[in-house]
Amino acid sequence: MTPTFARPPEIGDQLVDKTFPPISRHTLALYCGASGDHNPMHVDSDFAKKAGFPDVFAQGMLAMAYLGQALTDAAPPDRLRSFSTRFLAITQLGAKLTCQGSVAELFEAGGEKLARLSLTARDENGDVKLAGEAVVAL
Amino acid sequence: MVDASAIGRRFTPVTAHVEPGRLRYFLNTIGERNPVYRNAEVAKAAGYSAPPIPPTYLFCLEMMDADKPFEALEVLNIDLASVLHGEQRFAYRAPIVVGDTLTFLSRVGDVVDKKGGALTFITVTTEITNQHGAHVADAERVIVVRNKGAGQ
Repeated sequence: MTPTFARPPEIGDQLVDKTFPPISRHTLALYCGASGDHNPMHVDSDFAKKAGFPDVFAQGMLAMAYLGQALTDAAPPDRLRSFSTRFLAITQLGAKLTCQGSVAELFEAGGEKLARLSLTARDENGDVKLAGEAVVAL
Repeated sequence: MVDASAIGRRFTPVTAHVEPGRLRYFLNTIGERNPVYRNAEVAKAAGYSAPPIPPTYLFCLEMMDADKPFEALEVLNIDLASVLHGEQRFAYRAPIVVGDTLTFLSRVGDVVDKKGGALTFITVTTEITNQHGAHVADAERVIVVRNKGAGQ
């Protein structure tokens, strides 16, 4: 197996870093169709307002899809062993997400050398929207 | 209000086919240009039999091919307007590629009240197998229910 990263990672190395375009209503509509998640909360502002929100907001899984994209830009998808996030705050319409990840732990399990990456997705104001982690085989 | 008696409740199994056209629509939507997901030759060179799915696409496959994508909410009598997605976890055990047929078996793993009952956290645990019966992945989602008129 070829190494996942060009050089062996060390604790604290930032390996994931990607910024995505602002999230438009159009993106929310496309994601609604493409993901099979037809929850009107993200595409119908009347529904969102009735539920007590000022407007539609991004699907959490759209933000996680961006985080996943940033992750597999850095490590090939077959090296990914797990990927999880907590959705800490609503990702607002227009948010420009920056997805980052750094090495939190190096360990071995199941006969593999692994790295635990600590992940975040922040908006353009630096507010953390998603916080999570991924385990990748090295 | 949902309580711990829901733990263990199972939902209707979902069978989903990894179709290239639907996958391409998803890749285009999120601006995913990584050739391993889009080009069969690149995928083969990387050791796959066909292009793999991106890491969160499992969540989409289950919803796309479910007769009732919000079955868990309907069965537990939860209003769609009152829920938020709290957490999402995936564990990957084997490659999943275009052409695979997956079966999703979901059940309620946990129910926890927070903030004096103002919020209920429901964990739905899903085991995913492929057309060969191989256990290829696990998923877990935490649904946060905002309970009206409860707690603080």
